[in-house]
Amino acid sequence: MKETIVSVQLPVQEALEIERNRLTPPVGQDGGKRICIVTGIHGDELEGQYLAYRLNRVLQAHPEHLHGTVDIYPAINPLGINSITRGVPLFDLDMNRVFPGSENSSMVEHIAHEVVEDIRGADICIDIHASNIFLTELPQVRINEMFETELVPLAKELNIDFIWVHAAATVLESTLAHSLNSIGTKCLVVEMGVGMRLTRAYGDQLLEGILNLMKTQGMWSGDTQPVREPIIGRNEVAFLNAEGAGIFISEVSHNCMVEQGQTLGVIADPLTGQDVQVVTAPEKGLLFTLRDYPVVYPGSLLGRILTGGFEK
Amino acid sequence: MRQETLYTLDTPYRQKLAVEGFRFGRGKKCCAIVGAIRGNEVQQMYTCSLLVRELKRLEQQGAINTNHEILVIPCVNHFSMNVGSRFWAMDQTDINRMFPGYDKGETTQRIAEAVFSAVQGYDYGIQFTSFYVQGEFVPHVRIMHTGYENASLANLFGLPYVLLRNPKPFDTTTLNYNWQIWNTNAFSIYSHESDDISTPQAELSVSAVLRFLSRVGALHYTCHNGYMSAILQEENLASVHTTCGGIFHRLKVAGENVRYGEVIGEILDPLTAEVKEQLIAPTSGTLFFAAKNPLITQHAEAYRIIRRMYS
Ligand SMILES: [Zn+2]
Repeated sequence: MKETIVSVQLPVQEALEIERNRLTPPVGQDGGKRICIVTGIHGDELEGQYLAYRLNRVLQAHPEHLHGTVDIYPAINPLGINSITRGVPLFDLDMNRVFPGSENSSMVEHIAHEVVEDIRGADICIDIHASNIFLTELPQVRINEMFETELVPLAKELNIDFIWVHAAATVLESTLAHSLNSIGTKCLVVEMGVGMRLTRAYGDQLLEGILNLMKTQGMWSGDTQPVREPIIGRNEVAFLNAEGAGIFISEVSHNCMVEQGQTLGVIADPLTGQDVQVVTAPEKGLLFTLRDYPVVYPGSLLGRILTGGFEK
Repeated sequence: MRQETLYTLDTPYRQKLAVEGFRFGRGKKCCAIVGAIRGNEVQQMYTCSLLVRELKRLEQQGAINTNHEILVIPCVNHFSMNVGSRFWAMDQTDINRMFPGYDKGETTQRIAEAVFSAVQGYDYGIQFTSFYVQGEFVPHVRIMHTGYENASLANLFGLPYVLLRNPKPFDTTTLNYNWQIWNTNAFSIYSHESDDISTPQAELSVSAVLRFLSRVGALHYTCHNGYMSAILQEENLASVHTTCGGIFHRLKVAGENVRYGEVIGEILDPLTAEVKEQLIAPTSGTLFFAAKNPLITQHAEAYRIIRRMYS
């Protein structure tokens, strides 16, 4: 059932509406659990749209296998998706820095508050992101070490390649996931693919994972595939930042093992034909992030390498 | 005055980004002053430019006391300014959300790190900055409640108001917050909020900074005393929110006095000019903030009022 969970009047005529589709099991089949699938906090990240579409189709085709409530929220930042804006248009704000929001302080905080209140109390929430327009990411779940114990077992069911348990940072306290985890609603952040594009293979992979997770929770009884076992990484991540300005031309493909010192690409100067920088791997490991957008400044992230955590 | 390039960054297809600093006096690091960090902070840059001109004149007159060094950085981010972007144009990041910065990190983290290392170790840090919501404030000094702040020092600017703010998570990455954490007394000065410039407002801010510098012993500079500042806690200000969206018809500006029950604004239907909502002052007092955009959404903060405690 389609419902509007928050509606705010914009200046001229229209209202900004956040919509949710609630799928409920047939009478007598409800185990009482609820899972929320949330995406579109960043208006330039679209991978979650494909997932939401596919999940809707599978669940609606087989209500006989559904044993809990599934809430799908495709667009937490509808104005952003509509206008190809990462943040909230009008406010220059990253929506994922205003949670938990508040009932009455600004429009964006009001929306954030209503979203948190709507999800509050769910058994699991999955917040799907798609990196940004610059970087391609291997399907992964990112977990703040504060919530590691509760979340890692759930993340392992999601058919993703990698779980990144990262250190806490005060600034990340204003994300949707942190706000939900702080009130006891378990929220997993998925990052996969690249901004402004759909990577169907990753969407299909995560769909299998969500159905599998629902099965382990007694919410789904349809067929599922065995899931892949993710690598769990903590601080074993090497960052590869550009040291020069120019055009990054990569010589490797995303998601491969690289050797220390291996050439990954060049930063080129199209005016002179010179290489500003030959980019090499600082350490051996799995290249799980790779730059997709070619123009770089010094500091631009070119990739990330997972250097450990391989032993299970 | 010594001009110095504090930081350079190679960039694709454009000249290097160079951050310029102006030093006055010598010796102990007394005060660092930072202007535009965002691309629309033209007033903030302009204010610093006037300050540079004034300090240069004062230094030539021998008015800067020995063993006091003052650093002014009028503009950190002309790169965004020159392309009409408020934030870093490539990735829309805000340098004032990147402090203390990281010299091996992303581009804007590197810029923040370079600025922060240049302005660290001073007794006092002053930033001219802007608010993320379009609107105007009464001129005030803002300090963050970190446990290290010193509100009575903020009085030395002689501006009418000092606002104490409890930091939210995103405040922890601002210059002001990090200055305080690293033992610099930090003050943010908010004045005229606009993309255009106001000379009287800039001069007001320049006098406030010179007054402060003379009161902490860095300058001998004679000026009038300014105001006895009222210290305000942000959460004690009264907010007026909209319950509908439309054309915002502003009936009062920041600094004006309002009476309890008075109509201070209207929201008009943008197609029929019908009054959809009257905004009523919930208390008597002085307008601290007034939204400025002619269009307003529902649930927006239109005004903030300093309550009059006496009547
Ligand atoms: Zn995102």
